[in-house]
Amino acid sequence: MQKITRDQLITKAVELLSNGTVSAVLGWKKGEFDYDITPAVFTTEEEINNGFVYNDFCGANFSKYLVAKTKKLEGKILVFLKPCDSYSFNQLLTEHRFDREKVYAVGIGCEGMADVVKLKNKVDGIVSIDYNDDGMYVDTLYDGTVKVDYAEVMAERCINCKSKKCVAYDELLGEDGEVIDSARFDEVASLEAMTPDERFAFWQGELSRCIRCNACRDACPACTCEKCVFDNPGSGVENKAPVTSFEEQMFHIIRAFHVAGRCTDCGECSRVCPQNIPLHLLNRKFIKDMNECYGEYQAGAEVGSRAPLVDYTEGDLEPGEVFERGENDA
Amino acid sequence: MRKLSLDNLNKFFAAVAESKTIYLPVDQKDGSAKYAKWAEGTEWSNALNTVRSPKDLFFPQTEDLMEFKTEGKNIEIIDIRKESEDFVIFGVRACDVKSFEVLDRVFLSEPVDSFYASRREHAIIVALACTRPSETCFCTTFGIDATEPAGDVSAWKTDSALYLKANTEKGEAFLKSIEALTEDADTAEVDAQKTKTAEIMKKLPLADLTTDAFGGGKTEELWNNPVWDEMSQTCLGCGTCTFVCPTCQCYDIKDFNTGNGVIRYRCWDSCMYSEFTRMAHGNNRLSQKERFRQRFMHKLVYYPENNEGLFSCVGCGRCLAKCPISMNIVKVMKKIGGDK
Repeated sequence: MQKITRDQLITKAVELLSNGTVSAVLGWKKGEFDYDITPAVFTTEEEINNGFVYNDFCGANFSKYLVAKTKKLEGKILVFLKPCDSYSFNQLLTEHRFDREKVYAVGIGCEGMADVVKLKNKVDGIVSIDYNDDGMYVDTLYDGTVKVDYAEVMAERCINCKSKKCVAYDELLGEDGEVIDSARFDEVASLEAMTPDERFAFWQGELSRCIRCNACRDACPACTCEKCVFDNPGSGVENKAPVTSFEEQMFHIIRAFHVAGRCTDCGECSRVCPQNIPLHLLNRKFIKDMNECYGEYQAGAEVGSRAPLVDYTEGDLEPGEVFERGENDA
Repeated sequence: MRKLSLDNLNKFFAAVAESKTIYLPVDQKDGSAKYAKWAEGTEWSNALNTVRSPKDLFFPQTEDLMEFKTEGKNIEIIDIRKESEDFVIFGVRACDVKSFEVLDRVFLSEPVDSFYASRREHAIIVALACTRPSETCFCTTFGIDATEPAGDVSAWKTDSALYLKANTEKGEAFLKSIEALTEDADTAEVDAQKTKTAEIMKKLPLADLTTDAFGGGKTEELWNNPVWDEMSQTCLGCGTCTFVCPTCQCYDIKDFNTGNGVIRYRCWDSCMYSEFTRMAHGNNRLSQKERFRQRFMHKLVYYPENNEGLFSCVGCGRCLAKCPISMNIVKVMKKIGGDK
């Protein structure tokens, strides 16, 4: 359960809106069943009081919205940043993707978000959800009220949270946390331990479910190209035909290469995938490799840092070593 | 009505599979379900619905249409169509069965899409009544009875048996072909199940949703509604809603250069995409708001206008479950219709 409450956020949003600091608020809007929350732009106190919510299903990372929203806006927009969102925020600033002056950022602590897929695999017919200290009380169509522990339905990315520290904000609500020594690379290590054939079979099994909806790309805060190569009919790589074996694999691998060094490991790609493909593992493999080859690097930890792949130091790996590593790692 | 003991279910699948391919919902490793071919050992999923709808079996996501081979100045056009054989789609929910009617009106009206038509002719649809609808279900809004699904054969699954009723000649022939495995049965158990499910349907959170604000002739009234601006502002422009939708039917036709010829294929397209219906002069829907409006106006206004009031949504709830930002047709209908 989140320590930061809806009321705290509403009070802050209304305060900043009414004193003229901001002219719009990027926030979470309630849905039909308490878990289907939509990111929304609020511009009046009334809208905020009627629709603004904050709970364990507010996982969406708002940083990318700032690219589009700040362009059209008169005045500043208020954005609430959970720790992992704040890394994306910094990374976008590093890439000059939005005007920092047009944003008022409020950092908020995060206790980890729930995964709606995990919840639905446990509970049928969710009518509404109550958040209590000892768990969620889910009112259902078939089984009355079901109690679910937060840990049981916590999103994978939150179980393996890399940092509870907000790295960017104008103002912080609640207490800041620390960078965590997480186990997020364990699953990558187990994939590395497979034989090449096993690993190929693993990825083929996962990626063959892809429907090329592009949700991973469209949600990804590192994917902010004005025109994606996959949206260009002249590029020879189509954006909507998934069945040729080349494309279903290459789309995701090309994307992973493109965001390498820029991916902050926010996990939005896997959250939004309608087929539950663990896409974040591709990005984590890159992060793990870069950490091992070039020293620890966390994209978005600070504004202006140079990712290992676009930086040169004398200690860099020699091409020969990379080649050898590839041979051994196959 | 015929009755098949669930103990004989595998024998039944095996008997049908001797002459026809059967597609049925099976569980995937992540807990969701998909339609797959039955083979010895395949388990029928208990899932309420599959992530991808059974429309794939009539209108696959990509499909080769024809091939051109060039030699010097000669072009040979090759019809690469494979003649379809009879197949069975088993366990189709009432909403998805209704979606076939929506697709039929597009693909089977002149000019008839012969690829779609051939598969449709060869398919036998065994539809399954719902017993545990989800909170995201709203088929009743579109006049669909989840307890009495259409299809060539309607089926009801109880704890011990599968009840089967033929609705068409194809369905009768199908039941005849498996007669040895089934027995005559009265409708008592099925009636009891239907009554029970109907009670649940009434209690669903979306049971009161109506289409009153929509239908043919509403274009001018709804076109400039400020709702489109408001609700589309965080739409990612991905194609999830359109690709999991059982009634979305837009496609693109493209040519693939093979080096010594061309394969012409078609693939699903999405009105959410920036390249959708792009023409020589450019794109006719430049903003996400316009694309967003197109999707809902098509389902709730344009389609019914051209199809005697039939809406091109069947209330299956897939988009409700899968949209990355949880924006969906229900939210749009409630916002425009005044929370009804």
